[in-house]
Amino acid sequence: MSMTSESDQLAYIASQAADARVNVEVETDEGMTLNLGPQHPATHGTLRIIAKLDGEKVVAAEPIMGYMHRGYEKLTEVRTYPQVTTLVNRIDWLGSFANEVPFILAAEQLMEVEAPPRAQWIRTILFELSRIANVCLFLGDMAVQIGATTPVFYAFRDREFVLNQIERVTGGRFHPNFDRIGGLKDDLPKGWIEETRGALNRMTDFCDEMEELVLGNEIFQARTRGIGTIPSDVALAYGLSGANLRASGIDWDIRRDANVGLVYDQVDWKVWTHPDGDSFARFWVRLQETREACNIIDQLLGTIPSGPIMAKVPRIIKVPPGEAYVATENPLGEMGFYVVSKGDLTPFRVKIRSASFSNMSIAPWVLKDVFVPDIISILASLYFILGDIDR
Amino acid sequence: MSEIPEHLLKRAQAAREKAESSQEPTDNASPTKETNSQTTVAVADESPIQEIDEKAEEILERISKGLGQKLISSHIAPNRGLWIRVSSDDWRETAQFLRDQLDCRFFDWLSVIDWMPSPYGRELETEQDVDSQAERIEDQPIEWGYTGGKTRFQLITRVYSISLGIGVMVKADLDDHNPRALSLIPVYPGANWHEREAREMFGVTFDEHPDLRNIYLPGDFEGHPLRKDYPLLSRRIKPWPGIVDVEAMPGEEK
Amino acid sequence: MIDLLALSPAWWQETFLIKVPIGLLAVLLPAGTIVYLYLFKAISFMQSRLGPMEAGPYGSLQLLAEVGKWIQKEDIFPSKADKFVFAAAPFVVLMSTFLLVVVIPAGPDALFVDLDAGIYFAMAISSVSVIGILMAGWSSANKYSLLGGIRAAGQLIAYELPLILAVVGVVIQAGTMNMQGIVLSQAEGEIFGWGGIGNPFILTQFIGFAIFMIAVQAELTQAPFDMPVAESELVTGYLTEYSGIRFLLFFIGEFASAGVFSAIAAVLFFGGWYVPGIDPANQIFNVIGPLVLAAKMMLIAFLIFWFRFTFPRFREDQLQRLAWKFLIPLSLANIALTGVLKVAA
Repeated sequence: MSMTSESDQLAYIASQAADARVNVEVETDEGMTLNLGPQHPATHGTLRIIAKLDGEKVVAAEPIMGYMHRGYEKLTEVRTYPQVTTLVNRIDWLGSFANEVPFILAAEQLMEVEAPPRAQWIRTILFELSRIANVCLFLGDMAVQIGATTPVFYAFRDREFVLNQIERVTGGRFHPNFDRIGGLKDDLPKGWIEETRGALNRMTDFCDEMEELVLGNEIFQARTRGIGTIPSDVALAYGLSGANLRASGIDWDIRRDANVGLVYDQVDWKVWTHPDGDSFARFWVRLQETREACNIIDQLLGTIPSGPIMAKVPRIIKVPPGEAYVATENPLGEMGFYVVSKGDLTPFRVKIRSASFSNMSIAPWVLKDVFVPDIISILASLYFILGDIDR
Repeated sequence: MSEIPEHLLKRAQAAREKAESSQEPTDNASPTKETNSQTTVAVADESPIQEIDEKAEEILERISKGLGQKLISSHIAPNRGLWIRVSSDDWRETAQFLRDQLDCRFFDWLSVIDWMPSPYGRELETEQDVDSQAERIEDQPIEWGYTGGKTRFQLITRVYSISLGIGVMVKADLDDHNPRALSLIPVYPGANWHEREAREMFGVTFDEHPDLRNIYLPGDFEGHPLRKDYPLLSRRIKPWPGIVDVEAMPGEEK
Repeated sequence: MIDLLALSPAWWQETFLIKVPIGLLAVLLPAGTIVYLYLFKAISFMQSRLGPMEAGPYGSLQLLAEVGKWIQKEDIFPSKADKFVFAAAPFVVLMSTFLLVVVIPAGPDALFVDLDAGIYFAMAISSVSVIGILMAGWSSANKYSLLGGIRAAGQLIAYELPLILAVVGVVIQAGTMNMQGIVLSQAEGEIFGWGGIGNPFILTQFIGFAIFMIAVQAELTQAPFDMPVAESELVTGYLTEYSGIRFLLFFIGEFASAGVFSAIAAVLFFGGWYVPGIDPANQIFNVIGPLVLAAKMMLIAFLIFWFRFTFPRFREDQLQRLAWKFLIPLSLANIALTGVLKVAA
């Protein structure tokens, strides 16, 4: 493609210069440039962080990403609506089912279809199960980033029970692709509800274990308290969402305040917030939310209504023209799909608002005047999934 | 590859016609509340929660009072959202207004929509994407979505007010040949990465942005991939896996 | 059999040719046992997994497989590395371990060298490994390695002080710096006039023991003091560029040092090779002494690895604060208290 205008050319030159600035490590008298990633154990994925150090103090840090950019926004334009869920499954790969839901809900909004109550119930249950599957790993991983190797094994062990339950319904452990416009693919298998209760008990025990083993540890507290503090105003202006926002003291949860299509209003539950805004608060809020998710599922399991799981939708789905934005409170934060339809088989444009992208955009702000080990603990507590940043 | 069953095509066509008739895009420059509620009356009757809709109307009134002439058009989809459109010159002032006057302190996201119909659109009958045909682009007029539009590129951002519990989607038309707007960073620092993404994907320049380099793509990447005229090469050499090879469900007649 | 051994009690000291293999055995056998029992198995059970199960019964030959793998691997030198220093560093680290084992008595006569200032020698030699680590960190031409090496230097020097100060209490109580003397004074000691189990210094020097173990944990760069090799921050710190046989040497050095330090702790606080009920002059200790010492050593080494896999990692400044503001004053107070009680008694 040729340069269309002078501004394009200028922007191109600027981008070249900036890239050169980043790629060539500049050694100055003031300090040292440390390149963390893209292959670094703490970036779980391919994030790259360029930190300018003064001794072990970070003067400035800048995340570089794009090593995993898969161009989903472009690909959705050549996929039919049912095919898109296969793509968006892979955005946050630890809680895949939760990725499908906002897209399906957006399509349902445009089609003016509503899933039958039973489907909504099961959707909410699976949504919360994928939240547990996702955040459970965070609880172990955060400890590993701070240097305790054992909790992550417990996390993997108990996460297995949740994954088994997801697999038993959807047939997929990682990428269920189970949500359909107008409902769900299948109903629950026999005996699933009781088994899920057992898995939930395991998870509640796991949360207690993590609370004692990690949260109550003095070294963990010394490493996280007062580290990476994000005031609520900054958190809002950077678009932080999910537990990161609630850890900064903002009492806002999409599940409660802007719920679309899921049945959180049928459950008695609590939104947890923490006033501190530091790494410890983020861990604490996520731990409580995992417990709360168990509570939500437990209540929903008892009240699943009977009925069909699929509304009447045409076999070939053409979505009427219009625009819709639906966001849900995903494990990582607010995930939303802005779907523009022109009445075709494929979406005209899908903007994916992923949580980690905004959550990580605060990194240059928060990674200032901290120590090198704090880079790791702050990034771990902000909790990103590379697929969710790069899409 | 099998043909689409006739009845399904008909049904889809009927659904589309119904949807088109119920949602006329509002193109008039000075919207009134009446037109908005008229366009959506069919849906509003069925929706169970009416008060959120009233909230959106009330917010829109506050916005139109505050922005005055700057507000070009607006759209309310009941219980689904509130769209407003301003000129790209007023882009930052609008954001400033929304943040300060409406407490929209939560910056949700920012992106661009390229409204040009894709010249590489896949037809139902063909196996591969059809080739670029310049005349086809001109054949197809640009159809804008909610709040209408005038140019090919539209900037869109969503900001959310936690105290009011409503999100506002702001659109702005950008110049076709030199799409540019003021950066939102002084208002919302979080716009930084979103604007970098919009620049590399659509070629929109954000003035006063401190560091407008590529965020995902390599620095020497040419072109702007999310523009509609940027070809998706794999789709042009390989047959596209099926839309129409729908198998019958067990126990169901095809 | 015992008589035969007793006739020439330390028969294995006689020639250089026998001493060297015994010395190698004294370093490598505990290291191998520690790696298999604790690093592979105990830790796996703590983490609710099985650990190696395939090589040999219950994976007991896994270590040999690992060693074989490392030996086969290419010995890579980074292109910008200082080749000589890079190659020498693992040997410096391993050397300090071998020199340490020299002064540890394993029986009345079963020892390599009986130095008058044995514990002084051990404390001095234990700092030599810092040089090796610093050499490795500097010569790797890698920023992670450099940071790791410098962290290690700062940390090891900071924790050398509490380590030595913790030992001072024992030395005051025993009245000697000779390690054999320390064992004997525990064996012949009495608790309020009752000499049934001797007087292991753990009873009176428990503060010293706690400080000693914390300092050892830091000396060995095990969690919670593993910043020099912090794999989630510095990849593996000064080990980042090492591969193959040289990495193996560092690995042996790490776990052999864990064994040797545990053995020193056993000598200082748990009576070394002595078991209550047998006269310490009995020649039988030349045979069972090494086994007793090994058993005590393994128990103490278990503590080290238990902590390693339980605690998260300190930050470098927090570690220094712990050493200078807490451990050193505490050990000084311990010395003062010991001195006062010694004079009073």
